[in-house]
Amino acid sequence: MQVNVTVNGTVFTREVEPRLLLIHFLRDELGLTGSHWGCDTSNCGACVVWLDDVPVKSCTVLTAMADGRRVRTVEDLDRGGQLDPVQQGFAECHGLQCGFCTPGMMMTARWLLDHNPDPSAEQVREAISGQVCRCTGYENIVRSVLWAAKHEGGGT
Amino acid sequence: MQVPAHFEYEKAASVSHALLLLARYGQDARILAGGHSLIPMMKLRLAQPEALVDINGLTDELRYLRVSGGELRIGALVTHAQLLESELVGQHFAILHDAEQVIADPIVRNWGTIGGSLCQADPSEDLSAAFAALKGSMVVQGRDGSRVVPAREFHTGPYETVVAPGELLTEIRLPIRTGAAGARHGSAYVKVARRVGDWPVGAAGAAIWLSGDTIADAGIGLAAVGARNFAAAPAEEFLRGAPASTQSLRRAGQLAAEHCQPVPDQRGPADYKRHLASELTVRALVTAMRRARTPAAGRP
Repeated sequence: MQVNVTVNGTVFTREVEPRLLLIHFLRDELGLTGSHWGCDTSNCGACVVWLDDVPVKSCTVLTAMADGRRVRTVEDLDRGGQLDPVQQGFAECHGLQCGFCTPGMMMTARWLLDHNPDPSAEQVREAISGQVCRCTGYENIVRSVLWAAKHEGGGT
Repeated sequence: MQVPAHFEYEKAASVSHALLLLARYGQDARILAGGHSLIPMMKLRLAQPEALVDINGLTDELRYLRVSGGELRIGALVTHAQLLESELVGQHFAILHDAEQVIADPIVRNWGTIGGSLCQADPSEDLSAAFAALKGSMVVQGRDGSRVVPAREFHTGPYETVVAPGELLTEIRLPIRTGAAGARHGSAYVKVARRVGDWPVGAAGAAIWLSGDTIADAGIGLAAVGARNFAAAPAEEFLRGAPASTQSLRRAGQLAAEHCQPVPDQRGPADYKRHLASELTVRALVTAMRRARTPAAGRP
């Protein structure tokens, strides 16, 4: 079937099998390998992207379901080489160790801060509760998100 | 790599179109809503439909929350996140916000739908217990019209519902019962899970209506503990007309547990689940009663 998916502002028209999962469409068809393919069971959240402006686990969405919709991936976070505050926060606070969960964590963090510019540590933990860091680096991830909130002017 | 087997994909343009497509493909077709139950099952070949009818575009017809005819009406395509965020829902049924906070995780709740969760019909599904406690009903539509099925008759067994091939669950209805003058209502949901996002080891929901110091009526829903129709009817019967005391609620918990038939699995042994059925019923009832007595205080 033919799909038209707007990814990071660009419309892509592709012929795909209906069973192609969105994560594989992004990585294999479009070469956007920033989003990671992890547990394949919608548990780990390494594959989180935005679909029509809300975070979703892209291993559990058919590309067909994204037809006519907008997708935003980690590749779209920076602006003209200027890192997003969330990315800066992860760099400043050592928010990544092996880096595998990082793209999903950052997409969720960006969404959280867009909707709650001054979250508590508890709210950050709740937001990322469906995502797994196998390095168990949660403390630093929470610090990174709070750093971003502070430096965007929302944090206190 | 886990990928679903081949299937035909159809995008429904309306509810009537969806029903037409379901009729065309027969019993091997499945409705695709959020997909967060169905797609994992298809990856594991626990489900292998020949055709999927995608209803995600039917937001005008199936995604709404409104009060009508003395009922809260929930369109089947409402997401878990929308139910959790809705002030209208929280104002009438705190139990639904309690439950939604512990259903899956925030990301899954963004796309998972209420109708999809019900039609998956997992015996551990939280909303099935909540809707049983609230004595709601489901609207099931076919090409020849729709029918209304009580929540407690919706499930016919594990992973089975009354929704027949060619039919579609379109709406959930929850009666807003203010009852006799002075009757006060409260509700709550309590769940024990091993970790965030997991199915419950055991869970209980309670709805209570107080008339002075007497329990005018009560609804109790149970998930994952082998309760018939996700409900605890004998405990409800005991509570009707009983004094609004801790002692009454404790006895109701015992009765609820006695009528459960929990199955041991990796989440826990039967005895522990039976213990949870009792204890969580009591906790849900206690919170529901406190909320009934202090409606102005809102949710704690």
